[in-house]
Amino acid sequence: MGLRYLLGRLAVMIPVFIVVVTVVFFMIRFAPGGPFDSEKQVPPDILKNLNAKYHLDEPLVQQYLRYWGDLSRFDLGPSFKYANRTVNEIIAESLPVSAELGLISLVWALLIGVTAGGLAALKPNSMFDYIPMSFSILGICLPTFVIGPLFVLVFAVWAGWLPVGGWNTWQDRILPSLTLGFAYAAYISRLTRGGLMEIRSQDFIRTARAKGLSEGRVIVKHALRGGLLPVVSYLGPAMAGIISGALVTEQIFNIPGLGRFFIQSAVNRDYTVVMGTSLLYFSLIFVANFLVDIVYVFLDPRVRYE
Amino acid sequence: MSSEVMTINTTTIAPPIQEDDSAGVSLWKDAYHRLLKNKLATFGGLFILFEVFICIITPWIAPYGFDTQNLELTLAKPSAAHWLGTDTLGRDLFTRLLYGGRISMMVGFLASMVSVIVGVVYGAISGFIGGKLDNFMMRVVDVLFALPFVFLVIILMVFFGRNIFLLFVALGFTQWLTMARIVRGQVISLKEKEFVEAARSLGISNWGIIYRHLIPNTLGPVIVYLTLTVPSVILDEAFLSFLGLGVQAPMASWGTLISNGVEVMEIAPWALLFPAITLSVTLFSLNFLGDGLRDALDPKGAKD
Repeated sequence: MGLRYLLGRLAVMIPVFIVVVTVVFFMIRFAPGGPFDSEKQVPPDILKNLNAKYHLDEPLVQQYLRYWGDLSRFDLGPSFKYANRTVNEIIAESLPVSAELGLISLVWALLIGVTAGGLAALKPNSMFDYIPMSFSILGICLPTFVIGPLFVLVFAVWAGWLPVGGWNTWQDRILPSLTLGFAYAAYISRLTRGGLMEIRSQDFIRTARAKGLSEGRVIVKHALRGGLLPVVSYLGPAMAGIISGALVTEQIFNIPGLGRFFIQSAVNRDYTVVMGTSLLYFSLIFVANFLVDIVYVFLDPRVRYE
Repeated sequence: MSSEVMTINTTTIAPPIQEDDSAGVSLWKDAYHRLLKNKLATFGGLFILFEVFICIITPWIAPYGFDTQNLELTLAKPSAAHWLGTDTLGRDLFTRLLYGGRISMMVGFLASMVSVIVGVVYGAISGFIGGKLDNFMMRVVDVLFALPFVFLVIILMVFFGRNIFLLFVALGFTQWLTMARIVRGQVISLKEKEFVEAARSLGISNWGIIYRHLIPNTLGPVIVYLTLTVPSVILDEAFLSFLGLGVQAPMASWGTLISNGVEVMEIAPWALLFPAITLSVTLFSLNFLGDGLRDALDPKGAKD
């Protein structure tokens, strides 16, 4: 039954993807100002050659089909602005950087969030509850592009403990990933606290206590699995948020990741790079949400999506 | 039976002096009192009112022009002449902050309006007509929920130029989905009520019922969600402007000012701090106000 639910989700995503690709394709073709218009006047025969090279002289239907053909081979085409570079090369170069940043941030978010939330739930209405929960309000309300520069100002410029930017040594990883993970740590700590508080009053927890288990074991072995469900279902949106938050973080810390390329090509109106990268982002977010659905089915024995 | 006794008891025991929390007080008045009791929300509301007022009178109180440059006085420290210092082109930061606030606020309110109109109309139609159409319309909403809207807005800005009115509409269109769901839920539960039946028996058309009877009754949740939409739109606009894809120079929103501040923060930290603080306090205030309104209008859902 869980399987049928998941297949249903997949069945919805495929038409969405087709629509997205179609929209993307026609936006490239009909965008005001063709790819070569912004340059100085190109001689007509060179323009003809360029058009031939990029297949812009073919009928539209043929171009559209060619686009699908290229996509199915994961070929996102050439960059219109950087000569001799393809979108694939750009992605291959920068995606690993972004993926690393995103993963470290997610680890931070889970580690800090679940620990803080767990402590708060164990000792509600104490210091362990109030302090992290006040921090979490900050994390939820303050946007990444405020937290990031403030972190840099305090820890890098004034204190001088960590580098201002770049992406070479392990020290370079700390501030960007904390910046990106902070908001999600805040959210996850609230969800963890809420989830644990609710589940602690349930019968099976009383049974576990009655068996004589220590409080710690009750929490870790019995309460966490159910109490973390809200966290798991939040992971999908969190991953989507981290992916778009990375746009800002990479900008602030000067990290050569996919987000920075995306923004650069958006500012330069490098259509093919923008579209290729967007398609990649869309697919990543779809996949993230789908993975979360799968994990959810496994974690909660009661949820068997009818 | 016991409940009957109880009602008799309360009505007899508590005679006319019913001021606060009972029958004679309208929902709105009651909510207003509850809101005033919530200090954070009251503070947030007052601060926002103050800010809106300042934004309206900005052209008369701003000490300089928002693009007046003074190249002999770049990145100046805060002083009597320039309260918050100046930027790399010698423009007064206090003035820029005021004008930036106008743009941020305008984007916030106008885009939220777009989202309310689209969301309410969509949700009301879907909920009122019901059946297959409702099913289809809500499926569309589910699908759209899965799309990362930030990227769509960026794509729109890339292809159609960085036009501020496009920005309003695009940001508004990213926020209507939840609104549509809320309104639909409300309409579904309302449309079976007697007053709708009565309206129908008087021969009022479907549109009339939706417009005159259903939509006004969904206002509570809509207003609550609206106050939470405004900060998220302001945030989205600042996000785009920070990335250089929003408001264009020489105009500036708070996002632009923060992004300019980041470039110079090692020499002129105030250029970063003041816009960052302003934006943060505004977002805090709007969020507190929204939470307070939710608690005030829907006392049952107050606890999380």
